[in-house]
Amino acid sequence: MLRTRVLMPLAAAFALGLAGVAPALAETVTVTVENMEFTPAEITVKVGDTVEWVNKDALDHTATVKDGWDVMLPAGGSGSVTLDTAGELAYFCRFHPNMTGTITVTAN
Amino acid sequence: MTFRSMLSVAVATAMLGVAPMAMAADQLTDPQIAHIAVTAGALDIDNAKLALTNTSTQAVIDFANQMMKDHAAVNEQAAALAQKLGVTPEDNPTSQALTEAQTAEQAKLAGLKDAAFDKEYMANEVEFHKMVNAALETTLIPAAQNPELKSFLETGLKLFQGHQQHAEMVQSELN
Repeated sequence: MLRTRVLMPLAAAFALGLAGVAPALAETVTVTVENMEFTPAEITVKVGDTVEWVNKDALDHTATVKDGWDVMLPAGGSGSVTLDTAGELAYFCRFHPNMTGTITVTAN
Repeated sequence: MTFRSMLSVAVATAMLGVAPMAMAADQLTDPQIAHIAVTAGALDIDNAKLALTNTSTQAVIDFANQMMKDHAAVNEQAAALAQKLGVTPEDNPTSQALTEAQTAEQAKLAGLKDAAFDKEYMANEVEFHKMVNAALETTLIPAAQNPELKSFLETGLKLFQGHQQHAEMVQSELN
């Protein structure tokens, strides 16, 4: 009696409630590196998302944050980073510092 | 600018082996422009090779390696584009002046090591890239007839500007 009348509905309600607060799935946002530019240069992602750079140039590049992370982007290759903290990030290529981009990381 | 200060700038740049690039823009053809672009890259590769034998400063070695890789890649693209467009790069007074100036600079660099080398090499890299960038912006890109060549030079300008900035960063961090 207790089981069917009380515990089962409770379990169902609990499950439904959990589904409502499940975190959004982490996404991968792609930035293309071509002709000495990051495209798009400005992106917005959520905490937990991954940014992947695809380097279509014949030159090696990097995506580097001063005093922060440094992602190697070999010619014809790619590199990625997962953003764990909300905030504004300015990044550049260490080899060609005139190549710049920004990432706005929003809280979940 | 007074004549005196102009003279000292001219002397300073001449001492760095960077002859001012005298060019008559309306006389530059696409084959000549292509030759100038490739020559500038080849000269910078030669400069970089000297760095690999004459210094042990890591930042300078890293910069030199990057120059070699970047310019080799760009010159490969230039060769492919020239072949595609049926353009044969043509020697010209501007390429010759550039070569003469950098060859003189390389002779100087060959006799220097470590800190003394670093200072001279990086100063030359900054000035060389500044000069080539100015030439690209004011003369070579506007004069280029073929749109693909023009577009290639525009990307080249962004690359050379990046090199200049990187060179300035390395220079500022030298002891």
